[in-house]
Amino acid sequence: MSSLAIDKAGPRRKVKYGSMSRDRTWALRWSYFFLTLFAIFSLVPPIYMLITSLKSSAEISAATNPWWVYHPTLSNYVELLTSNQYLRFFWNSAMVSVVVVALTMLISVPAAFALSRMRFWGSATLATGVFLTYLIPDSLLFIPLFKMFALFGDYTGIQLINRWYVLLFIYPTLTVPFATWIMIGYFASIPKELDEAALIDGASWFQTLTRIFIPVALPGLIAATIFAFTVSWAQFLYPLVFTTSTDQLVLPVGITTTLIKGDVFNWGQIMTGALLGAAPPLLIYAFLMDYYIAGLTAGATKG
Amino acid sequence: MITMVDVAFQPTSVASSKPARKSSSLKSALQRKSTVAFLMTLPLILLIGILVIYPAFYALHLATLNKAMTKFVGFGNFQFLFKRDTFWMVVEQSCLFAITAVIFKALIGFIVAHFAHNIPSKKQRKWRGMLLVPWVIPPAMSTLAWLWLFDPSYSAFNYTLSAFGIGPISWLGEVGWARFSVILVNVWFGAPFFMIMYLASLKSVPDQLYEAAAIDGANWWQRIWYVTLPMMRNIIAITTLFSLIVTFANFDITRILTAGGPLDHTHLFATWAFKIGIEGSDIPLGASVSLFMAPILAIAAVFILRDISKRGNEA
Repeated sequence: MSSLAIDKAGPRRKVKYGSMSRDRTWALRWSYFFLTLFAIFSLVPPIYMLITSLKSSAEISAATNPWWVYHPTLSNYVELLTSNQYLRFFWNSAMVSVVVVALTMLISVPAAFALSRMRFWGSATLATGVFLTYLIPDSLLFIPLFKMFALFGDYTGIQLINRWYVLLFIYPTLTVPFATWIMIGYFASIPKELDEAALIDGASWFQTLTRIFIPVALPGLIAATIFAFTVSWAQFLYPLVFTTSTDQLVLPVGITTTLIKGDVFNWGQIMTGALLGAAPPLLIYAFLMDYYIAGLTAGATKG
Repeated sequence: MITMVDVAFQPTSVASSKPARKSSSLKSALQRKSTVAFLMTLPLILLIGILVIYPAFYALHLATLNKAMTKFVGFGNFQFLFKRDTFWMVVEQSCLFAITAVIFKALIGFIVAHFAHNIPSKKQRKWRGMLLVPWVIPPAMSTLAWLWLFDPSYSAFNYTLSAFGIGPISWLGEVGWARFSVILVNVWFGAPFFMIMYLASLKSVPDQLYEAAAIDGANWWQRIWYVTLPMMRNIIAITTLFSLIVTFANFDITRILTAGGPLDHTHLFATWAFKIGIEGSDIPLGASVSLFMAPILAIAAVFILRDISKRGNEA
């Protein structure tokens, strides 16, 4: 096969000789063409969200072109941003995400430091174990966790189910393993001479972490923070299981359960709510894209 | 390995000898390296132990109880599941869903990464930024947009298709189309992840290899088959494995789009376990269903562990 292919290529190469740049321009044109196609595929749902959010209910139910806004209006935005319920969802989501990010960093940064620098009995096994727990999906754990928290309420009288702050206990199971894994990777790339110098100068382990490691591994810290925030903000299954009262819901669940009332779909508001709910991660992504991507690729490349 | 141990030991002995002279034995114990390290990892160990490992085993225990959770029934729940047609349908659908979605995500990701790699690197940033948007939007929110695009009476897709004379498609109402739609949304959401991974690894393939291949007269297909793919083998394997786990355990998209319908024909393990365990309050049966996701996890864990230990040996 291969010899045949080479034989064929032999005479043909003469014909093509000198057309390298023309070949390349065509390859470039095709690349742009297909990238445009894929970009359209990627952006149709968010753009359609935006289009629908600018329409009134009357225009949505009229038989006009759905891809165009004939009478743009901001009434959906005004209505949602003045509704206490929606603001409550937003507030709950914000509280949960911010606290979970703080907890995640408080747990995973010292742990990653200890696992990457202070080798002790079982540290290598623990590092691998942390990564493996990242692979246990939420859909395997939600039933036993739900039962556990219900039993906890029965025994201690502290009712955590159907309170938004129950999520503060559960979300770290999603964010901490991966954040620790990212930080182990970043800490491991810091030259050993740096912390040796600090230790010789009389710094304690804690000072080495706060004065040397955290400043040097700041990009990794930002990537892990972004990761923890986006995961907490997007999580859907746990709040759906653990919270039911409308004043305890976070955004993803709030939008899907309260804006869809029976068979009546107020699509203008649903799309507005979803778009506003998607705004924080999109904004973070827009401004910190490089960190976002670094966090994304860290899992597989630094492993 | 040996050098690491040496380096790690020297500073410790320096640090621990100082407090030893200061007499207080508790203080010196607290400053010993292993104690400090243990205290630093303790929150992590507690979190994983109580809220990940324990529930995983608790699920095993729950699966052996009856519905009221008062009696031990052994494998009773599993025997009950094996006799139900819906269960086998869910097994089939989960596998079909995960395998098809991952194949298309990987294929699209690979193709798009190649095109993105072709264009000048200054413009790559902009394109990469646009193409990654589906991955950034929380899936619960973007799936609502898809639900609206698939709406039975106002579907924007049907409006567009009708211009070409293609009759209204019941996107989420017919079994075949509903499965197609659920997979399509999952591919839309997951392909950008593959694209980013592949693009990162494409950049690490040395140009000289392509030059050498070109001089040897390799066409573009041979360059991909003999140069690109072998160089990317690791990243392809690990990304596919990750995605297979995540897709197999997917909940959000199916739940919002079809909630398992029509007539349970798009249920996955996760959505079915939710329906039985939480909505139907049969916690033991729901736990038994979700446990069927464990075997694929175990297989994946074996491969990943092997990969990690291999890298450990190289280092």
